[in-house]
Amino acid sequence: MSRSKGSIVGIGELKPQRLTQGVTTLQMIAEVSRLAVLDAGLEPAAIDGLLVGPQVGETPQHVPATIAEYLGLAPTMANVVDLGGASGAGMVWRAAAAIEAGMCETVLCVLANNREETAPRSPNRNPIREFDVPFGASGANISYALLMQAHMAEYGSTAPDFAAIAAAALANAQLNPDAIFYGKVADVDAVLASPMIASPLHLLEIVMPVAGGEAVVVTSADRARSLRKPPVHLLGAGEKVTHRAVSQAPSLTSGPLKSAMARAFHQSGTDADAMDLLSLYDCYTIMVATTVEDAGLCAPGQFGAWLCDHDLSHKGDKPLNTHGGQLGFGQPDLAGGMTHVVEAVRQLRGEAGERQIGKAGLALVTGNGATMSEATALVLGAA
Amino acid sequence: MAIDLNTLKIPGPTITAQTKPFWDASAEGRLTIQHCEDCGKAIFYPRPICPHCWSKRLLWKDASGRGRLKSFSEVHKPGHPGWLPAAPYVVGLVELVEGSTMLSFILAGTRPLQIGAMLLFAPTAIGGRVLPAFKPVEPGQEEKPK
Repeated sequence: MSRSKGSIVGIGELKPQRLTQGVTTLQMIAEVSRLAVLDAGLEPAAIDGLLVGPQVGETPQHVPATIAEYLGLAPTMANVVDLGGASGAGMVWRAAAAIEAGMCETVLCVLANNREETAPRSPNRNPIREFDVPFGASGANISYALLMQAHMAEYGSTAPDFAAIAAAALANAQLNPDAIFYGKVADVDAVLASPMIASPLHLLEIVMPVAGGEAVVVTSADRARSLRKPPVHLLGAGEKVTHRAVSQAPSLTSGPLKSAMARAFHQSGTDADAMDLLSLYDCYTIMVATTVEDAGLCAPGQFGAWLCDHDLSHKGDKPLNTHGGQLGFGQPDLAGGMTHVVEAVRQLRGEAGERQIGKAGLALVTGNGATMSEATALVLGAA
Repeated sequence: MAIDLNTLKIPGPTITAQTKPFWDASAEGRLTIQHCEDCGKAIFYPRPICPHCWSKRLLWKDASGRGRLKSFSEVHKPGHPGWLPAAPYVVGLVELVEGSTMLSFILAGTRPLQIGAMLLFAPTAIGGRVLPAFKPVEPGQEEKPK
């Protein structure tokens, strides 16, 4: 007999109903998850992996984060499995594979659906829609403004400290002809002179939405050796999901990337200081500030001084978002996060042309979703 | 505030049977939240199980209505166009003394707002319904003994 790839240790099931009345899918997910975890004889805190179905309609995006927040979980691996009737079986081997990969130990695989006689008018019926939107807090700008205001209050960081991140991104974009801000520089004063959107966030501290696309191909290290381009290796990865709505964030000044980066560094036997390139997710200036601090590049609250001490350009000692970051390149929706992967591969291959960094052995890539809620970190290494 | 918030044409809460007690209380000018009988923690937003210990023994209890401002933003460009006539307005994160945090609309006080400020529950008619808004405690304002 071959070695077991993993074991199913708990099950839960709800009695089928022809119709539900005013019950959300989230409620049903909570009920059935509780049954499975009780059956396993585990505490909820033992769950560190989460596989869910696409809850079409009720929660069109950020599905694992919405469910994790609802259940009070903070998984280190979270995914949607979207295989129709094969989703349940598909979850089982993915859970085993994630455990085998060292990303988590105990995975909750859950699917549920309500069945209402009348479909809701608005497709988004989750807690963030019910408890944030009615108070005038629609969209990500306000959430990140709340994070930034909290950082300023806790550490005394200043508006120019944050503006310097946008100014550096736009400066780097001047070496990327594809960047939306190519040919358009802005210094710290210009960033601060741009319109206030939601205090303390100025317009140029917020990514510009654009159309675009990004893709990468991943294969085995063996297969990679026979292909035409120098391979870039995944040396370590980490992930963490803690909440969906900013009101439910466990901290406003440190995020789940802290744990995700720590795991990626541990898996790769590296640390933040060893990175030749920092390819950090930058939807807003505050996101870079928090990531630099969570990576351990400087003490909490000290990103402003760190920025002053380092040169973030391709020629500098700490090259950061050499493609201009999303602040300089533009954010092609979900593909925006992939720009940080693509630029890291370019640099590690030595294909970055005019903006090629000197030593290019290791790169840190971060991804961030919702309101500093969903975090993934990768350590990539040159061939 | 230059305009009557109650005239705003804005999206209201998407109330479900699970969350109805919260919004019903709000309409009556009360703030009620769930408490877990097993782990003792207060819960916001309403759920069928406690997000801390997954117990189902949850009770609705009226909250004290007192909280601390964890963060805030003055919104100049609202995400929903219905809020434009009210801009700039302030939203904030309110940490209730019971321990849970909610996002809310923060009414203007007489002084500039600061993180850490104490807030009081201030049910306010916004967009055609009474919402659980908050207002800063003013200097010298005595807290009424319970």
